[in-house]
Amino acid sequence: MKFLLVEDNPDLAAAVCVRLQLDGHTIDHAGTISDAIAFSEIGDYDLILLDIMLPDGDGRSFLKQHRDQKRDTPVIVLTARSQVSDRISMLDLGADDYVTKPFDHEELQARCRAVLRRKAGAAQTVLQLADVTFNPVAGHVTVCGKAVSLRNRELRLLELLFNAPGQIFPKQKLVDRLFSYDEDVSANAIEVYIARLRKHLEGSALKITTLRGLGYRLDHG
Amino acid sequence: MAEPGQVQGSLRNRLAVTLIGGAALLALLLFFVVRSYAAQIAQQGQDSILTASVSSILDAAVLRDDQVEIDFPYAAFSMLTTPADDQVFYAIYRDGELLSGYADLPQQADRAAPKQFQTAQYDGKTVRISTAARTLLGADVRTRITVSVAQTQDALSETLNQISTNVASFGFGFFMLAVLLSFWVSSVTIAPLKRLTTSVTRRGPQDLRPLTKPVPSEMLPLVNSLNTLMRRLNQSLSQSEDFIAEAAHRVRTPLATVRSYAETTLQRVDKEENRQALRSMVRAIDESSRAAGQLLDHAMITFRADHLEHEDLDLGDLVQELVQRLTPVAEMKDIDLVLQIDRPVRLIGDAILLQNAIRNLIDNALKYSPSESVIEISVTASPHPQVAVRDQGAGFPSDEIADLAQRFSRGNNARGTIGSGLGLTIAQDVAAAHGGSLTLSNTAGGGACVIFSV
Repeated sequence: MKFLLVEDNPDLAAAVCVRLQLDGHTIDHAGTISDAIAFSEIGDYDLILLDIMLPDGDGRSFLKQHRDQKRDTPVIVLTARSQVSDRISMLDLGADDYVTKPFDHEELQARCRAVLRRKAGAAQTVLQLADVTFNPVAGHVTVCGKAVSLRNRELRLLELLFNAPGQIFPKQKLVDRLFSYDEDVSANAIEVYIARLRKHLEGSALKITTLRGLGYRLDHG
Repeated sequence: MAEPGQVQGSLRNRLAVTLIGGAALLALLLFFVVRSYAAQIAQQGQDSILTASVSSILDAAVLRDDQVEIDFPYAAFSMLTTPADDQVFYAIYRDGELLSGYADLPQQADRAAPKQFQTAQYDGKTVRISTAARTLLGADVRTRITVSVAQTQDALSETLNQISTNVASFGFGFFMLAVLLSFWVSSVTIAPLKRLTTSVTRRGPQDLRPLTKPVPSEMLPLVNSLNTLMRRLNQSLSQSEDFIAEAAHRVRTPLATVRSYAETTLQRVDKEENRQALRSMVRAIDESSRAAGQLLDHAMITFRADHLEHEDLDLGDLVQELVQRLTPVAEMKDIDLVLQIDRPVRLIGDAILLQNAIRNLIDNALKYSPSESVIEISVTASPHPQVAVRDQGAGFPSDEIADLAQRFSRGNNARGTIGSGLGLTIAQDVAAAHGGSLTLSNTAGGGACVIFSV
């Protein structure tokens, strides 16, 4: 996915960029509202992440301008305030959703997917690996041409493996991605999800290989 | 509850007692003044009749051949007739010798210049005596005649008694009227003070607006200093609120940076002890930001609770919007949010507060629910508009249910889950502000059930 991040704090911007790139997303960064407008006119973004307090004005004015120009790129607001009244006025101005700083990246991505799902007709990437297709936004998976229904965690696990076939994922890393940090789960909790995923992928050319003591790997062909 | 102040006397009683005492003194004074005035008038009446009687006798005295002759005029005694049958006595002296009448009738000591009136005891009775003298001149004689007429005072004292009784009952009536007036006046005087007290007492704890109702001038200094105190309190309150908001804002952006880097690094490092440290870091950040957020929300809610917005809203729509907003978070744990709405559930309330409260309840359910479970949220209209949130978690510890909604109190089984413990407090405060309540219980299956009703 292609993101535009509008955030004036360079440290936070760098951190968010690194994090999103790590998941294979493309991201442009604008530090001011005028930059953001320039970027959004040229670039074809799937999503805009917008900070509210910017050096040359309020992020809400960008939002208003953005909507007045009939652009339908979804906007998720990054707000530092937690007051509900603030949140509501943001949604009234046409933001699709918001997250409160400091935000959980898994939650941010879940919200991005939810927002994109709601946008009917938005161009959605369908990934294919051997005889399995995967639409990460819609959460649609087909195995040998047949649609398979996966739960959210199974989908996210599949996405991780799908994005890096052949790469070894240690159990603990998968746990950290699938479970929130306040859940007390052991590394073995991932085995349940691996087992389910294997069952879903039965009959396809995709195999999840267990490497004892190292973790899991997605092999195809 | 504030400590009761020391009581010294009562303004109302003091005022009433002073007024009643004054009225009693006035009534007594009135009684004596009127009575003595009446006595004086009555005495004057008796005196003038006695004088007329004496003069008529003196006028009738003639000197003939050196002899004094008096032909008593009939009127001299008849004019002294009274309804009380007062007795009349007389004595006539010629140069100190009794000519006629009662010899023992008290005489003036100084015969040369007798006092016109005197009151004396005669025959065991009080009499009023009028005396006058006349000098009669003959051919070569010059003689002096003194006439005294006395009358008992039965009629007079009867009249006086009557007047006294009347004056006394009039005075008593006046006094009773004054007592009633005193109570009324003291109540009326104290009333503005009572009104002021009521209007201050009725205020919510966060209502620090100045008192603007007109008050009597004597109370103005009190009201002014009260208003000054409230303004200072309000100032320091809003200053601290602004400060908290600003502080939270300043802290949140760097926290977000730290959290993002921690998450990124977590994906890059392999050494388990480093990963453990990073996870703790993220947890600590989440905990602090959640606590800061809820503290702010709570401050906002206590502030708003006294200035409730009264909007006509649909509780179903409000909850539906919340559920939609929380679905991505629920999905991450594969939790299904099942929403049942008994439409329409209209009510008058503050949308921001209600949303915050219900959000806290669903947040709680999400936090304590296991993966792949169901949270049921039902909105019903009767008997009261209410929202019930039921999860399939461990439920509330039964011995702690009562204390759970207390601020900062968290259940025993909450260790290891991020939260500041303000969520239920916020929900309870909002329910109370809308005249409703928050009920905690456990479902038959063991999960927690929270019912928020307004």
